[in-house]
Amino acid sequence: MIRTVLTALGLVVVLALTLACFGVAVGPGLLLLTEGAFGDKFAIARTLVKATPLLLTALGMTVAWKTGVYNIGGEGQYIVGAVFAAAIGKLLLPTSPGPIWTVLMLIAAILGGAGYASLAGWLYVRRGVEIVISTILLNFIAIQILGWAVEGPLKEKAGQVPQTDSIPDAAMLIKFDRQMDLHAGVVLALLAAVAVYLLMYRTRLGFLMRVTGDNRRAARANQIPADRLQVVAMAISGGLCGLAGGVQYLGIVGRLGTTFPEQWGFLGIPVALLGGLHPLGVIPAAVYFGALFAGSDQLSRFTPAGTSLVYVIQAVAVLGFVAMSTVKWRRRKPDGRTESNS
Amino acid sequence: MASTQTGWEDRIELVNLLRYAVPLVLASTGETVGQKSGVINIGLEGCLMVGAYSAMAVTLDTRNPFLGCAAGILAGLVLALLFAWFTVWRSQDQVVVGTAINLLATGLTLALFQSRFGQSGSLLSLPSLPQFGGEWDVVMLFVPLLVVLAWASITKTTWGLALRAAGEAPKAVEAAGFSALKLRTQGLAVSGALGGLAGAYLTVGLTGSYAPGITAGRGFVAIAMVTFGRWRPFWVAMATILVGFADSLQYELQAAGLPVPYQLLKALPYVIALTVLIIVGSGKDVPLSLGQAFRRNS
Repeated sequence: MIRTVLTALGLVVVLALTLACFGVAVGPGLLLLTEGAFGDKFAIARTLVKATPLLLTALGMTVAWKTGVYNIGGEGQYIVGAVFAAAIGKLLLPTSPGPIWTVLMLIAAILGGAGYASLAGWLYVRRGVEIVISTILLNFIAIQILGWAVEGPLKEKAGQVPQTDSIPDAAMLIKFDRQMDLHAGVVLALLAAVAVYLLMYRTRLGFLMRVTGDNRRAARANQIPADRLQVVAMAISGGLCGLAGGVQYLGIVGRLGTTFPEQWGFLGIPVALLGGLHPLGVIPAAVYFGALFAGSDQLSRFTPAGTSLVYVIQAVAVLGFVAMSTVKWRRRKPDGRTESNS
Repeated sequence: MASTQTGWEDRIELVNLLRYAVPLVLASTGETVGQKSGVINIGLEGCLMVGAYSAMAVTLDTRNPFLGCAAGILAGLVLALLFAWFTVWRSQDQVVVGTAINLLATGLTLALFQSRFGQSGSLLSLPSLPQFGGEWDVVMLFVPLLVVLAWASITKTTWGLALRAAGEAPKAVEAAGFSALKLRTQGLAVSGALGGLAGAYLTVGLTGSYAPGITAGRGFVAIAMVTFGRWRPFWVAMATILVGFADSLQYELQAAGLPVPYQLLKALPYVIALTVLIIVGSGKDVPLSLGQAFRRNS
């Protein structure tokens, strides 16, 4: 509890300091940010819309990292998920669009992301290829897959621009209010958070995954199938990132082009870390950064460096968080026991 | 990046190919030294970013691309030392810190760029490194020398032996009277400085311009190439040149109107790298303690 309050306070301090460093008057700056993020129902909707992909990818990172596999391929899984969804959308074209489209496309997104991530997981346990390296490579390959798909098999009928055709409105995620971007993906993301929490902390599978993440060797010594669990963790992780791609596609953009990747897959990592790698902890972390992204548009009145400040804030927050855990580790030192990377 | 397409349509010359490979060879050679000491500098992309930005800013102010290169080296070095402080001296996780470092570099360079030039981000034109004998410049000449130097210092010197030992068995190296922490910091310093120079070369060497996102993931590619090249400076350099070649081939094939999707060619280096990793697995070349934090009293 104290830690949560400290983290929250720390985040505000980091925010204020960053604003000050870039010559923004701190008081009015904070006020403007808050207004832009929570000022009226439109602002709140903007915040939630930005928080949705962050929450989903952060959940994905949480599952993988808790199981000891450093998935940094969220971006690739996000892209491949969306491409899979678009492919199913194309297949469904002869039928009349409806909610069943949405469901099938989201399932495709999950499967696409899960399959893409499992590849990295499988390479790790079978061939010893480091997840960090393979997911980096797969990120680059995913960008080319997207480029090829929107210029080749999934290109719009008009054939002019390298992008897919727009999804019919009836197949998009439901919007609660016509004037706002807020879509049902928000609910999906929250449900996913609860589901991941139940999986990780209320099931045997989740328990074994966490044990594997804490100490792979000890897990193996206790007959826990660490390899298989880590592949499963990658699959779930990739599924969540793929879902994020599908939700962004069916909730916001409606069509895929080469500008579709917006780094949500990468940004899930700091959100997961600041959420303490806990499925419920990442909810406030995602909302916080969603709010920063939503509110920082307003900041451009003060400084031309608007949204880019959010990256600085995220980075400083993560480093501060890491430094804080250093202090904890040093306090623990006198009893002579240290854990491996925590 | 439109600014980087200087005359590919005409023909691919060897010297051009080498020019394009320079940033990658610089970055991956530095990363090789860093990884030999046992640390994966995931923040390498960030080093390239701050290197590119600092080189641009200093070159614009002084009109001297050499000072720009120096600034790039310094910026990359500082960022790598920040990474070292967290990962080596505070035993924090390398992936976590590296991710944060990359974010920091992304945000800082973008925010600084926007506060100086506004949101529009018009394409900047910079004085480039002087060229001679066609398209050669001094950094290009330095690159082969550097690869030899990296190889020699890793394999032929006492420092290199200790560095490698820090990557294999840091406890043993400490018992022999060296500081594994200092060796790892030195390894990271090399990777940061060369990463910074790689970024600088992108702006004042290769393109003579700057735009946010100019590094385009080259730092990550360099990290992957180190594994691909099995931690051997010559192999790593060859691997990166292969990437550059495949990258340049796409323009050629597009111009020739061959029915091969150019995305396939762009993806090819990564597919090849991945395939090689699948075949060799982790293999025996990987430094044994790579990626693991070392704590003195554990």
